[in-house]
Amino acid sequence: MKGKWQRVGMTGAALAFSQSTLAEYAYNLQTPASQVAQDVFDLHNLIMLVCLGIFIVVFGAMFYSLLKHRKSAGHQAAHFHENTTVEVIWTVIPFVILMGMAYPAAKVVIDMKDTTNPDMTIKITGYQWKWGYDYLNDDISFYSNLATPREQIVGSAAKGDNYLLEVDEPMVVPVGKRVRLLITANDVLHAWWVPALGAKQDAIPGFIRDSWFKADKIGTYRGQCVELCGKDHGFMPIVVEVVSEADYAAWVAKKKGAAQTAAADNAKSFELAELMGRGEKVYEANCAACHQASGMGLPGAFPAINGSKIATGPIADHINIVLNGKPGTAMAAFGGQLSDADIAAVVTYQRNAWDNKTGDLAQPAQIAAARGGAASEAAAPAAQ
Amino acid sequence: MSDAAHAHDDHGHGHPSGVMRWLTTTNHKDIGTLYLFFALIMLFVAGSMALLIRAELFQPGLQLTNPDFFNQLTTMHGLIMIFGVIMPAFSGFANWQVPLMLGAPDMAFPRMNNWAFWVLPVAGLLLMGSFWLPGGAVAGGWTMYPPLFIQGGISYDLTILAVHIMGLSSIMGSINIVTTILNMRAPGLTLMKMPLFCWTWLITAYLLIATMPVLAGAVTMLLTDRNFGTHFFNAAGGGDPVMFQHIFWFFAHPEVYILILPAFGIVSQVIPTFARKPLFGYASMVYATASIAILSFIVWAHHMFTVGMPAAAQLFFMFSTMLIAVPTGVKVFNWVATMWKGSMTFETPMLFAIAFVCLFTIGGFSGLVLAIAPVDIQLHDTYYVVAHFHYVLVSGALFSIFAGIYYWLPKWTGHMYDETLGKWHFWLSVIGMNIVFFPMHFLGLAGMPRRIPDYALQFTEFNQIATVGAFIFGFSQLIFLIVVLKTIKGGAKATDRVWEGAEGLEWTLPSPAPYHTFETAPVVK
Repeated sequence: MKGKWQRVGMTGAALAFSQSTLAEYAYNLQTPASQVAQDVFDLHNLIMLVCLGIFIVVFGAMFYSLLKHRKSAGHQAAHFHENTTVEVIWTVIPFVILMGMAYPAAKVVIDMKDTTNPDMTIKITGYQWKWGYDYLNDDISFYSNLATPREQIVGSAAKGDNYLLEVDEPMVVPVGKRVRLLITANDVLHAWWVPALGAKQDAIPGFIRDSWFKADKIGTYRGQCVELCGKDHGFMPIVVEVVSEADYAAWVAKKKGAAQTAAADNAKSFELAELMGRGEKVYEANCAACHQASGMGLPGAFPAINGSKIATGPIADHINIVLNGKPGTAMAAFGGQLSDADIAAVVTYQRNAWDNKTGDLAQPAQIAAARGGAASEAAAPAAQ
Repeated sequence: MSDAAHAHDDHGHGHPSGVMRWLTTTNHKDIGTLYLFFALIMLFVAGSMALLIRAELFQPGLQLTNPDFFNQLTTMHGLIMIFGVIMPAFSGFANWQVPLMLGAPDMAFPRMNNWAFWVLPVAGLLLMGSFWLPGGAVAGGWTMYPPLFIQGGISYDLTILAVHIMGLSSIMGSINIVTTILNMRAPGLTLMKMPLFCWTWLITAYLLIATMPVLAGAVTMLLTDRNFGTHFFNAAGGGDPVMFQHIFWFFAHPEVYILILPAFGIVSQVIPTFARKPLFGYASMVYATASIAILSFIVWAHHMFTVGMPAAAQLFFMFSTMLIAVPTGVKVFNWVATMWKGSMTFETPMLFAIAFVCLFTIGGFSGLVLAIAPVDIQLHDTYYVVAHFHYVLVSGALFSIFAGIYYWLPKWTGHMYDETLGKWHFWLSVIGMNIVFFPMHFLGLAGMPRRIPDYALQFTEFNQIATVGAFIFGFSQLIFLIVVLKTIKGGAKATDRVWEGAEGLEWTLPSPAPYHTFETAPVVK
């Protein structure tokens, strides 16, 4: 316990120093980078001004009364009550003010819901706890995981500028294009939100909902999952890189090259050391959140892999649970999320790390066979 | 239990004594006391959870909790504060005050009244006990949204059971209150002469009877989805997770008013007393309360603007929600008009009532901001919403409870409370409360999601301010505890009228109110 408090104190002191550079007290919505976000920003300012005006009038009257109409100031109580004229006036005036607010608000609602005529469409899938992006026009698919190292979160390393708002693979879109988002989820509810772009939509498993944005300015925009989705709800950020048309084309070419390398890996056969190295990375990104880096899990919530029956029993059962998940629990089906090579690597890793010294090796070909041989390019969920 | 022994001295009817007296009591005053003590204990339990949450959020990084335990804390804090503090406290007030204000000898169904209270601690034990079960307490948010809620362990089933029991308790309590108010008023006390507190509780009781079964249905569907293979909320089986949200909020939006209408009632009793002037628009207050209650049934989907509903539905729920500002405004104007040209004094109940009017209105304004669908979509599930509902529930519901306790405690105990300590409690609470919750508006606007155990660095400053405020606010509640216990034990003798400007039947009784009152009904002119 003492160590913990010392750490609290030390990070506290470190923060106090770094504060002077970081301190930017933000009092309003983030600077808009799209027309919708700008409309919301203006709408909010308008309503705040109206509210402030009403507040000053009503509570100006109340505080005047508190000051003047007090017994200690010798004020005698009047005995008036009920006055139909006054009561009608203070019912009608707020009604009229509300109508004045409703009109501009309705215009923005209709604009936000209009997802027609997109320049491109991206399907976004929420997972516990990462985002998957499928570019339907360019045939690109990838997952986007939190990139902040664990050491920064537990306080054993200094926190970076984009602490908790950085990912390994950002979503990249061209500037000035209408991007339609098809949003869904794989397991529980999530919500995709980038404040500066003014797009927020719940991700609902089994249903696809749409939203859209058109980024006006090149830049990096950050957001987070905003629907409670379990343990690591606070650790699945969203990063959108808005780039020029040319940079976007270059990015698409690069992603396609990477997809070819991944496909080639699925056809290869690996040594134990190669699989262990790759498997550890895959484990860190996909499994460690629940089963922990130590393989010990969280008792009562998430089972241990170290010494478990599955990781030390028949390899076919092990591959099966990784591919297909376990219905009714938080164990997801990774068949659609990871390539054959990655699954082979992570299964090998789990069977040989910690105390699990089975010496078993899984090869990509085995995984492809376990899938029924049907979809060896399963790394591409767009093919689902 | 010194209060138990003390209150026991006041009656000599050969009833059981000690623990059995409280277990078997059918006396509305005893049951009111039980409710209020239950709420007081739970206030400190759920408040401690809030302090642990705020301590974790004092700085970025994980220091004191892990994410799973953090989610358990936020979920249990919400469930207990709503079902274990605010609702039982209002039931306590209703039990004490409704018969006294109506000139009735007791509640209509005294035995059911006993049950309505005594099932509550059972529900509380089920909820609290789940912290020690495998997997810990329920961590899916007080809103219990599936599919996340389907994933959890045994404590999720216990929570469903607890919610059922608490619903049962509320329905029994409500039937009792409705029957008492409609049938047991003193001769001459027509409905439109009834104190506003009784009116607000009458309407609240109807809301409870209408919506608690809806909640029971929703959580039963969760239970069968979890255990018996149904697929109400599972798309793979033809269900829809969003359907749960519709059903839940059809309960939970009226529930919001269940948590605030009795507060309106208490404040409407306190302000005229200390302004020494009758309530400005009694009839319009009654109609405004009824309109708020009716509107509460057609606004539920404003909690779900981000699920992706059609534009027409968004517009409907946006307009209907904005409409609620009209009757709420009428109430605020009435309170201000009641103070206007009064002869005000500022004892602790009045201070809390004034703070209520002012700060509840801030919560009302942020509610109006959130009613505007496009703005809500930006702010949904951020700290702005956390700020909004804490302004309504802490400086709204909780402050009204403080006002009511200070106002009626002299009548209940026969002793005046310590005014100096009361004022300390008020000022520390009102300052602490604003330091906690005002910065949360800025956090939400800047984009900090709610229900996260760790946050990005740009949110640090306001979170630190909020945590400091939380500890000021939390620890100043110990003053409240001291004041209440001191007043029960002794203090200056309270007069029968207690307050110079007090009006109503309860003030015609001696202080403390005898164990049995109005055995012969008074006649109201």
